Amino acid sequence: MSSLSIESPSRYFRRQKLKITVFLVAAILVSLGASSLTRFELADAFAAIPRVAVWMAANLLPDAKALSRLPRILDRLVDTIFMSIMASTAAALASVPFALMGSRTTKLNGFFVVLSRGIASVNRNIPVAAWAMIFLLAFGQSSFTGFLALFFATFGFLTRAFMETIDEASASSVEALRAVGASYPQVIAQAVIPASLPQMISWVLYMIETNIRSATLVGLLTGSGIGFMFDIYYKSLQYRSASLVVLSIVVVVLAIETLSNSLRRVIL
Amino acid sequence: MSAVKRKPGSNTIIVKRRSKASVWLRSVLLVLAVLTIWGFLTIDTRGVDLGKAAGDTARYLGIMFTTPRPVPRHFGITDGGFLPTLGVAAEAVLVTLALAFLTTLIGAIVALIFGLLAARNLTSARVSNTIKSIIAVIRAVPTVLWVLIFAIGAGLGAVAAVIGMSFHTFGYLIKAYSESFEELDEGVIEALRASGATWLQIVFQAVLPSSITYILSWTFIRFEINFAVAVAMGAAAGAGGVGFNLYMAAGYFFDIREIGFITYLILAVALVMELIATKLKERYHIHE
Repeated sequence: MSSLSIESPSRYFRRQKLKITVFLVAAILVSLGASSLTRFELADAFAAIPRVAVWMAANLLPDAKALSRLPRILDRLVDTIFMSIMASTAAALASVPFALMGSRTTKLNGFFVVLSRGIASVNRNIPVAAWAMIFLLAFGQSSFTGFLALFFATFGFLTRAFMETIDEASASSVEALRAVGASYPQVIAQAVIPASLPQMISWVLYMIETNIRSATLVGLLTGSGIGFMFDIYYKSLQYRSASLVVLSIVVVVLAIETLSNSLRRVIL
Repeated sequence: MSAVKRKPGSNTIIVKRRSKASVWLRSVLLVLAVLTIWGFLTIDTRGVDLGKAAGDTARYLGIMFTTPRPVPRHFGITDGGFLPTLGVAAEAVLVTLALAFLTTLIGAIVALIFGLLAARNLTSARVSNTIKSIIAVIRAVPTVLWVLIFAIGAGLGAVAAVIGMSFHTFGYLIKAYSESFEELDEGVIEALRASGATWLQIVFQAVLPSSITYILSWTFIRFEINFAVAVAMGAAAGAGGVGFNLYMAAGYFFDIREIGFITYLILAVALVMELIATKLKERYHIHE
C-alpha cells in the first residue's frame, strides 16, 4: 500500500475489497473447522445465554444459609488474597536479578541475556494450570501448592515486564553514571533501581489483582483457597452459596483494583 | 520535587527526595513485605514436609523435562507407538487452539462494536465510562467461574467454555480497541463530520481503516492469551483439549513423564505464538 506507483481509485478499492473478502472467507472457514472440531454450536451458545441470565437472576442473591457461610468464605478469601500477595511479592524479588541480567541496559554478557530470557519465557509460557498440576504431585492439596503455581507463572511474567521497565526507565541515567566511572553495583543501586522502582511496584500491584483471579483457578485445581470453596458449593448444587463466593471475589477484586489504581496515581 | 537542605550547624548538604510519591512508595513496599512475611509464617501446608516435597518436585521436574513420553492408552490408543499417540495429542492441541480461536473471534466481533462505543472521541464520555465500568465488573469474575456458570446452562463442554472465556476477551479487547480508536487524529473526524458524514461513515471510512493493523495485532495477542486460558479450562472446567489430558496425567494417572510430554507440547505452541506476538508488538509499537 505504501508503493508510490499511481493506481486508479477504482482499482485500489477493488483490491481493498478483495483483501477484506479473502480475510473474511478465511476467518469463516477456520471458525467452521474449529466449531466442528470442538463440537461448538453457535445456536446452542445463543440458547444458553438467556437460560444462564435467568439462572443468574434467580440465584444471584444469597439466602440465609449462604449468609451463614459468609465467615468461612471470607476466611478462604483472606487466604487467597495472601496467596496472591505472597506470590507476587516473592516473584518480584526473584525476578529482579533475572531482569537485570536480561535487560539490554544492565546486561552482564550475551550468555546471561539468553539464559535469563529463556528461563523467563519458559516459566511464562507454561500455563498456571500446568504449574498447579506439577506441584500438586509433591505438595498435595494445600495453599502452598497454589502459592508455588502462582509464583512460577508470575516470575516469568514479571521478569519480562521488569526487563522492559529497566530499559525504558533507566537507560539514560545508566549511561550518565557509567560515563563518570560508577561501578556496576553503584549503577544498579543509584540509577536502575530508583528509576524503575515505581513502575516495578505498579507491575506488582497489577499481578496481585491478576493473581487473585488466577488463584481461584489454581484453587479449583489444587483444592485450596476460594476456588475450592466455590467448587464444593458448585458441585453440591448449592448455587446461592456459590454465587456468594463469586460476589465476594468481585468485591475484593474491584476493591484491590481501585486501591492499586489510586496508589499508582501517587507513586508514578 | 527534591529538596536540598543544609544540616543545621554543619557544612553537609542533604540532597534527598522526600516527595509524597517516595513516601507512598516506601509505604507500599513495607506493607507488601510485612504481608508477605506474615503470609509465609501462617500459610497452610497441610503438614507436608516442605523440604522433602521440594526435593521430590526437583526430581519430578528433572524426569519431566529429560524423559518425557506419552502413554498411548491414556490418549485412547490401544495399540500403537509414539507417532500415532503424538497425532492424537496434536489433535488435542488443535482442539485447544480451536477453542481459543472461537473465543477470540466472538470476543473480537462483540468488542469491535463496544470498542467503538467506548472510544471517547466517537461517543460521549458518559457512554464510554458506563461501558468501562461494566467491563471492570465482568473482568472481576475469574474466567473459570464464568465457564462454570455457563456450564449450568449449557452443560460442560465447548459451548460453556467458549462463552465463558469470551467475557474476559471482551473486556481486554474493548479496552485495547477503544484505545486504538482514540489515537485517531481528531481533525479527521471533525473534517468528516463537517462534510456531513454519518457516524457509520466515519467509522467505516476513517476509524476502522486507520486502526485495522492495531486491531488485528491486539486480537492476535489475545489469541495467544486465550490459548493458555483454554488449556486451563480444559484442566479445570472440562472444556476438553490438551488441558484435559494434562489434568488426567497429573490428577488421575500420576504420570510425571506424560506431564512432561504434554507440557512440552503446550510450551512449543505457546513459544511460537509468543514469537509472533513479540514481532507484532515491535512492529506496531504496542505496549501491553
